[in-house]
Amino acid sequence: MLVNEAWLREWVNPAVDTDTLVKQLTMAGLEVDGVEPAAPAFTGVVVGQVESCEQHPDADKLRVCQVTNGSETVQVVCGASNVRPGLKIPFAQVGAKLPGDFKIKKAKLRGVGSNGMLCGASELGLEDRIDGLMELPEDAPVGSDFREYLQLDDAVIEVDLTPNRADCLSVRGIARELGVMNQSPLTEVAVNKVAPAIDDTLAVTLADSESCPRYLGRVIKGVNVKAETPLWMVERLRRAGLRPIDPIVDVTNYVLLELGQPLHAFDLARLNGGITVRKASSGEKLLTLDDQELTLRDDTLVIADDREALALAGVMGGKPSSVTDDTRDIFLECAFFSPLAIAGKARSYGLHTDSSHRFERGVDPQLQHDAIERATSLILEIAGGQPGPVTEAVDEGQLPRQAEITLRADHIEGLLGLGLPAEQVEDILSRLGMEISTREEGKEWTVLAPSWRFDMAIEQDLIEELARIYGYEKLPSRVPAGSPSGDTVGEHVVGLRRLADTLIDRGYLEAITYTFVEPGLLKQVEPRVEPLPLLNPISTDLGVMRTTLLAGLFSTALHNLNRQADRLRLFETGLRFVPTEQGLEQTPMIAGLLYGSAQPQNWEGKRPVDFFDLKGDVEALLSLSDASAFRFEVGEHPALHPGQTAALKRDGDVVGYLGRIHPRLAADLDLPAQLYAFELALEPLQQGILPGFTGVSDQPRMRRDLAFVVEDSVPAGELVAAVRSACDERLTDVRIFDIYQGDSIGKNRKSLALGLTFQDRSRTLKDQEVNDLVDAVVSQLKQQFNAALRD
Amino acid sequence: MENLNALVEAALAEVEEAGDIRALDDVRVKFLGKKGEISALMKGLGKLSAEERPKAGAVINEGKQQVQAAISARKTLLEEAALAEQLASETVDVTLPGRGEKPGNLHPVNRMRRRIEDFFLRLGFDISEGPEVEDDFHNFEALNIPSHHPARAMHDTFYFGDGRLLRTHTSPVQVRVMEQGKPPFRIIAPGRVYRCDSDLTQTPMFHQVEGLLVDKGITFADLRGTVAEFLRFIFEVEDLPVRFRPSYFPFTEPSAEVDVGCVSCGGKGCRVCSHTGWIEIMGCGMVHPKVLEHGGVDASEYSGFAFGMGIERITMLRYGVNDLRLFFENDTRFLSQFS
Repeated sequence: MLVNEAWLREWVNPAVDTDTLVKQLTMAGLEVDGVEPAAPAFTGVVVGQVESCEQHPDADKLRVCQVTNGSETVQVVCGASNVRPGLKIPFAQVGAKLPGDFKIKKAKLRGVGSNGMLCGASELGLEDRIDGLMELPEDAPVGSDFREYLQLDDAVIEVDLTPNRADCLSVRGIARELGVMNQSPLTEVAVNKVAPAIDDTLAVTLADSESCPRYLGRVIKGVNVKAETPLWMVERLRRAGLRPIDPIVDVTNYVLLELGQPLHAFDLARLNGGITVRKASSGEKLLTLDDQELTLRDDTLVIADDREALALAGVMGGKPSSVTDDTRDIFLECAFFSPLAIAGKARSYGLHTDSSHRFERGVDPQLQHDAIERATSLILEIAGGQPGPVTEAVDEGQLPRQAEITLRADHIEGLLGLGLPAEQVEDILSRLGMEISTREEGKEWTVLAPSWRFDMAIEQDLIEELARIYGYEKLPSRVPAGSPSGDTVGEHVVGLRRLADTLIDRGYLEAITYTFVEPGLLKQVEPRVEPLPLLNPISTDLGVMRTTLLAGLFSTALHNLNRQADRLRLFETGLRFVPTEQGLEQTPMIAGLLYGSAQPQNWEGKRPVDFFDLKGDVEALLSLSDASAFRFEVGEHPALHPGQTAALKRDGDVVGYLGRIHPRLAADLDLPAQLYAFELALEPLQQGILPGFTGVSDQPRMRRDLAFVVEDSVPAGELVAAVRSACDERLTDVRIFDIYQGDSIGKNRKSLALGLTFQDRSRTLKDQEVNDLVDAVVSQLKQQFNAALRD
Repeated sequence: MENLNALVEAALAEVEEAGDIRALDDVRVKFLGKKGEISALMKGLGKLSAEERPKAGAVINEGKQQVQAAISARKTLLEEAALAEQLASETVDVTLPGRGEKPGNLHPVNRMRRRIEDFFLRLGFDISEGPEVEDDFHNFEALNIPSHHPARAMHDTFYFGDGRLLRTHTSPVQVRVMEQGKPPFRIIAPGRVYRCDSDLTQTPMFHQVEGLLVDKGITFADLRGTVAEFLRFIFEVEDLPVRFRPSYFPFTEPSAEVDVGCVSCGGKGCRVCSHTGWIEIMGCGMVHPKVLEHGGVDASEYSGFAFGMGIERITMLRYGVNDLRLFFENDTRFLSQFS
């Protein structure tokens, strides 16, 4: 909200400068976002008056004017169409400096001397609109300094109010706060009851008094809508960011800014019968002031006459019943709408107005009488007219009650860590307009909040008010005593940090990509799962929740490859979102991507990464928990190369995939084919085992190297597993130390050289025992894979 | 005996000529071996008389020793030469770069997240997590933000159209933690959050850390102290100015915004702090009794504080990152600067 300091100081004028005042507001919870001057700097401008105008001899559009500054008359050439004798205007004299460092000098325009400039509002930085000379009222004192005349040395303060402080959405509200903080008295604007001059009234029916418990109306006949809104009011509206429209709208806007009460004026001639405040019937139409044809829902409160809906209650008036140039008689509305009835309604129709902003946060339910009288006086003052009596339709039972709250001294201390003396408690609360009655001297009070502090509901609200006015900065501060954490993390659990650090130490950079991704991309990477779409995505390329982290990593790879990256090692951790029949699974995953040389380029030449670099990194992750619990099997994944994909299993369940990007996907995504990626569920990688010492054996180890020839298609992993199953615990290690393919062993065959290490924990193995074990291995492999020992 | 002298001469000459250890050994065998030429002279001693024998033996031994000494000297020489040659051949250019992988690093946001976690772990807080696709109850209702509440308008929420939404803050974890346990609670909940907003200063996804401490006798003073200590730890400024301003969150009462003295200009006023000297860093307050109630905690027995902060903002201030969007572009030229 924009509030200007000069207006504020009419209400309350503490002896503090602007900076202090702004700081006070911020520290009271009314955060000041910015302070701007009411007008840019300029000098040498006075109120001038045009004495005479003559046509310029050589220019159609220029007039040669005699202008007085009260003490002397000078000649000024002016091109504005509204220049005329008698007009009072801002007059920039020779030597003046206008905004934009524009100096006014003596000049000749088409041969005629000109001594100064007659100004429009835009030239003084008061308005964006270029609309001829700024016409000053007849009573403007000629010769007076223009800045002083319009109080332009004023500050416009932008206050960013929290939703609970709707009471501060007015000059009066902010003035109240400043009064409390500075202990300065408030000068309330005089509100006089306007005596009716005519008897005309409109009947008002509250068909939904829960939504609208109070509705005040008044007929004013014979107003002059073409009357000029006084400059002081125009200026105050301008400084609050509003443009003048006509005197009726200007007055309702002015009262809204001054007191915080939205009002609306109807053209009486356009109304048919009485006023009913009711819910719209479904499908009912309303053309709003801003020319939108709305189709209303039946949850929407409207102001209607006997024929149709006239206005969206508390939000915006309708076009057909609005005040126009031809309006003579008006019906002025001043109502209290319940916040619940208005909340969200404006937004649901794509609207947001000063009125809806206030009603949905709350308006003082006791404010309507003052506001309608204040508005009436101002209308009569500016536009004349004959006021009728105020009619009120009210359902007192539905009006919000002022909260009555019990406050206990020990609760103040319990919440703030500081006991406030009883006198201070009572003083602060009464300054805030609360009525206090003591229930137990110094210990317990009953507090009645003023009608405008409808945000007060519970004891904690009062305690916050005490803290706020006492000053948060003066409250005590301490670090609470530590206590051991509640959760015990099992030692066997491998933390995410350890996993991430392992990848980092292997050269990976961590990425964080958006969890919503482009649906088309996701369909290419993981076509098997229908992703969860967002109802209101920020853009279509962030339209669905990721079902795999690979989509984001592939996009990241592309981004970097397009920027000359020649080597990538990236990983990400985070949730993937897979809709299932049992509901949405939000599973923490860890995923990585490899591309480029296997090592940073060096002087030895480079080898590009391949599947086994990727697998080595995955194995490093597995070794943190329990590598033996995992199995790699030939796997299938739509994003990965069918011949270079492994499924990782733990206890028979697939916990992830690793492999080379599918060449077709690589081509579609414009990615290189030598890209490798993995994605694993995090949780299975975190289930480690507690180390258990098994003793150190001094018995000699015996190694036997055997080469087996098998079909190409036999997976080495299965061969090794078979070796293990053929032996007992005396086999301590199996490793593959050579793979050979060539004519000497026949087509589609390969030779795998295995090194078997045997050891007994308690004695030296005899040759024969080892031979027996080897024989068992040979026969097992022969039987299972038709494996032959290579000569 | 001339024969001996000639043999010794010949042996010494051959020793000098021996080019390597093996050749030298051949020389040794040739002259001093069991069947060597000088050794053979010893065998001839038997033909001499008992008187001549010792003298002649001594002469031969002398010759033998002379040759042996020459061989030893030559051997040492050859060994040293061989070693020198080996060393020369094994010399590398030590200024060439080392082999192998250089470590990567965490994303700067997670680097900061760890630092934040470390502080609170030291204070005995646990780390909790919650779902990112949340329900309306935990994200709003349970936090005292009913459907009509104007605060909802400030949370530009992503919806799925079935009551579910993307959490707009990490605060729902507060409620989940309270629902699932018994007080006291000391947790922080870091994680991704989402707002339907995207411009220079806002990305549709960002990170927050929520904190919650519920126990008997917890007051606003504990909140102030904890937050102030935390901020001094994070920014490593001993006398960092920290300011609490009244504010409003539906789920705390009293509520506060916390500002720190601008770490960029030291409070003098600059572009980073919009010339105010202060930087808004987090929101916090005493847990609203309704929220305790929703979490199943007896508000007459327990009180608590909660806070929430954006990790990106702190990361930007701490490392001088000037554009929020860089965090999610994942350009390796950016990411690799946080090692």
